[in-house]
Formats: sequence, structure tokens, C-alpha cells
Amino acid sequence: MITFEPRIVAFCCNWCSYAGADLAGVSRMQYPPSARIIKVMCSGRLEPQFILRAFELGADGVLVAGCHIGDCHYIAGNEKAKVRVEMTKELLDVLGVDSRRLRLEWISAGEGSKFAETMQNFTEQLKELGPSPLKEVI
Amino acid sequence: MTKIEEFIEETGAFDCVECGKCTSLCPVANLNSNFAPRLIVVKAQEGLESEIKRDKDIWSCITCEICNDMCPYEVDFSGFIQRMRVEAVGMGNVPVCSEAGAVQTMQRITSMGQKQNRLAWLTDDLKVREKGDVYYFTGCAYQLGILFHDKASELKEIPANVVRIMNAAGIEPVVSSKEVCCGHDQLWSGEEVAFIDLMEQNVEMIKETGAKKVVFSCPEGFRTFNIDYQGFLGDMDFEILHISEFLMDLIEEGKLEFKETDETVTYHDSCRLGRHAGVYDMPRDLLDAMGVELVEMASSQEKALCCGVNAFTNCNEASRQLQMMRLLEAKQTGADTMLTFCPKCVIHYNCLLSMEKKPIELEKIDIKVKDFSNFVAEHLKEGD
Repeated sequence: MITFEPRIVAFCCNWCSYAGADLAGVSRMQYPPSARIIKVMCSGRLEPQFILRAFELGADGVLVAGCHIGDCHYIAGNEKAKVRVEMTKELLDVLGVDSRRLRLEWISAGEGSKFAETMQNFTEQLKELGPSPLKEVI
Repeated sequence: MTKIEEFIEETGAFDCVECGKCTSLCPVANLNSNFAPRLIVVKAQEGLESEIKRDKDIWSCITCEICNDMCPYEVDFSGFIQRMRVEAVGMGNVPVCSEAGAVQTMQRITSMGQKQNRLAWLTDDLKVREKGDVYYFTGCAYQLGILFHDKASELKEIPANVVRIMNAAGIEPVVSSKEVCCGHDQLWSGEEVAFIDLMEQNVEMIKETGAKKVVFSCPEGFRTFNIDYQGFLGDMDFEILHISEFLMDLIEEGKLEFKETDETVTYHDSCRLGRHAGVYDMPRDLLDAMGVELVEMASSQEKALCCGVNAFTNCNEASRQLQMMRLLEAKQTGADTMLTFCPKCVIHYNCLLSMEKKPIELEKIDIKVKDFSNFVAEHLKEGD
């Protein structure tokens, strides 16, 4: 039997979360290799389309990670990301994709352990949810 | 005969005598001197395939059909553009989509076979059925209301409001969570394969419900079923009705009553409902029956201006100019509200109104743009 390994697309902001992921790596923290990280300059760069397209192409989960509120390198990009992610969650629910498959986390450059933990429990959650409903037909 | 030659024949583009009436009336050609409907047809007739690959002009067309209406040789320009776009996409000439293409992706996702939660708007007080004579095609208004929550969140209320109106007249419509988007945007952005997939799923789903009448609140869905579905699949075995027509029948039977009002409105003929489908009088009769005063804009009915964007592609400076021109006309009527049936018109006009840097002072174009179905529901005298 083939066990289900979720595929996560993780959008990490350049200034905090990508560095956080880097720290998790250089600190040799263990976490599942389920994420494909895409670096964006700011979580505010994220458009609903990036998330929708990731799901359309077969992602089981999408993680959006940015600086903590108030720490954004571009002042308020993460606040925009928050609004967009919330709206996209509502849309995903209507489309029949469980909105728990989309996650927004604030991970700073110093929080390597938070990055590893997030990966760990997001992967576990997705294993419980099973493969994305959009994948079955492909 | 190549595919291009084929549709040059079918759309009558071959009959073009290069009189230029289309170009002189085209709202885009007015603003962008590089664009001319006549030129596109001439280029295609010359069979320059390399031109089609590079030509961005076919995406500049807003498919408003002013040219179709005015052409003395009845060339079907918009049909020609539609087919041309499918060819162009096949050659790698793709449009620039608004919101990075989120609308198209959202619509394609509906057809991927998952169990949708499409009836999220359905509350307990609304009466609907699984099988019956009247099917209400909700379209993607609810989803667009979510996606454009900052500009047109009122769109989320359309499906519930339409069902509420029908319930008031004693009709329990069929709605289905298996419905997928009609494919209008796919067809007009050249994604024919995705369109056919959506079309087949919708037709199959409606057959299952056994509906004899399918009612649309969205002009794009109405046009797509009426013209495109029937063009691809032949005549449908159900009647395709626009909500304005459907409601007028109910009013004539005395099943709907409205509250008294002294509001003044102006009505924007969206191109899909007006020039594409020829529905001009019903919305006006409806306003009359509701006792609402209608003030016409300087250009209305066949001459109505367009919201400047089609299928969420190629929104640019010309689109904003067109939106501005229309809002200026609307404001000049002195009406409180501009009504339109098309959810996308509502989005596009509100988009201009909510821009931080407008091309014009706000007070000159500041008019409320509202969806017609929501307006009808608000004025409904609910049963005692």
C-alpha cells in the first residue's frame, strides 16, 4: 500500500519566514519533507490566484508564512495577506476544498523551531484530511 | 480549409467590405488608435498566421457588440473574435487576466469533480427543491462576491434574493450544488477545452433535475446558454429565461407585489443582456411595474456604453476611460442609483469608484451601482 504523503506549497516571505525556514535547516531540526517552499518578497505579494492555482495543480495544502503583525518589512504587507487569506478560505469552502488546507502563520527569522513545528503538525493534519478532493480526478 | 478560413466564412467576416463603420463606432478604437475591428478582420482574411500569434489586439476588444449591431453586412465580429481567441491561445498568444487569473481558476476548479459547497448562501427560510420544473442557475455571483469583497460584496446576496422573490410568488426553484460555472469567461479567454467540460457538466446536471425552464439572473450565463451552448450542442430541451422575463410573467399573473417608492434609478444595459441577447424592454417594464421612476442615460439600449472589461481579461487604461464615461452619463441623469443585471458590471464600476487615484473627481461620477435582482428583492412586499 502506498502511504499518503501530503504535498504542501509554502509561500514564505523573504525577510522573516524564509529565514526562519533557513534557521530550522541549519539548526538541523527534524521536520517532514512535505513542503515545497516558494520565496516571495512579502506575504502581501500573495494573490488569491497563487493559492487557487496551487490547489488546481494538485497541492494538498498551502501554507502562507510571513512576519508577525507589526514586523512587516514593508510596514503592512502581512495585514493585507491576512485579509486575502481569510477571503480565500471562505472561497475554498464554497468550492468544496476544506479551508483547513490553507494555513496562515507568522514565523519570524528567529523562530526556526516554530517553522519545524508548523510543518510537523500541518503535515499531520493533512494526513488526517487525506488527499485534496481536486486530485482524485486527475 | 483551415480552421481560421472556416470561421471567417461562418461569422460572415468574409463579407466585410471594409466600410469602417465598426471602427468608427468601436469604443476601444476611439481611445486606442492602434486598435481597429476592421483591421483584425482584414489581417485574418489575408491569412497571416504569424500576425495572430503576435496580435494583442484581439484581447483589446471588449466584445460589446456595438460593431455587430451597426455592421451593414451583418458580420458577427464578436463571434469572430471569440473563435480567433481560441486559435490564438493554441498558438501561445494568451490574455493578461485581472487578479492574475483568479476568476478563471476559480471557475475551472468548480468542474474538478469534488463535492462543492455551492449553496452556502441557502438559509432555512428559503424554499428550494431537488427536482422540479423551474431551475435557477445561480452562476458565480456568490463566489465573485467573496473574491471582490472589498468592491461588490452585495453580489453574495443575489442567489438568496432571487430565491426569496420566487418564493414570494409561490415558486420553489431547483438549485444544485453540482452546478458548475457556465464557462463564459473560459470561452472568451480562449480556453475552449475548459469551456466544453463546464458546458457538458451543466447540461447533464440540468437534465437530471428534469427542469423545463432554466432561469438566469446573470446576463452572461443567459447568453452563454442561449447562444453558445445551443451553438455547440443544438437546441436545448429546456426553455432558457432571463429573470426579468420570468418576473414579468409573474407580475402579469398578479403574483408579485411591491412596496411603494419614490426612488429614481437609471438602468445600464449590460452588453450580454442587451446587444448579445436582445433583452431591452423587460427590465424597463419591470421597473415600471415596481413603480420606480426610470431616467434613461444619454446612450442606452442598442447604444449603451460598456463597462470596459470582458471575461476579466485585459483591464487597462481604456477600460477605466469607458467606465468613467458610463458613470458620468449615469451621474448626469440625476438618479440615485444605477441598476444593472450583470454582476461583473457591478464589480468593474465599483472598482473605478473605489480607486485611490481616480482619473476624475469623485463627485462627478459618484453614483451607487447596484445589482437589479437585489434591488427587486428589497422592494418586494412580502406576504402577510
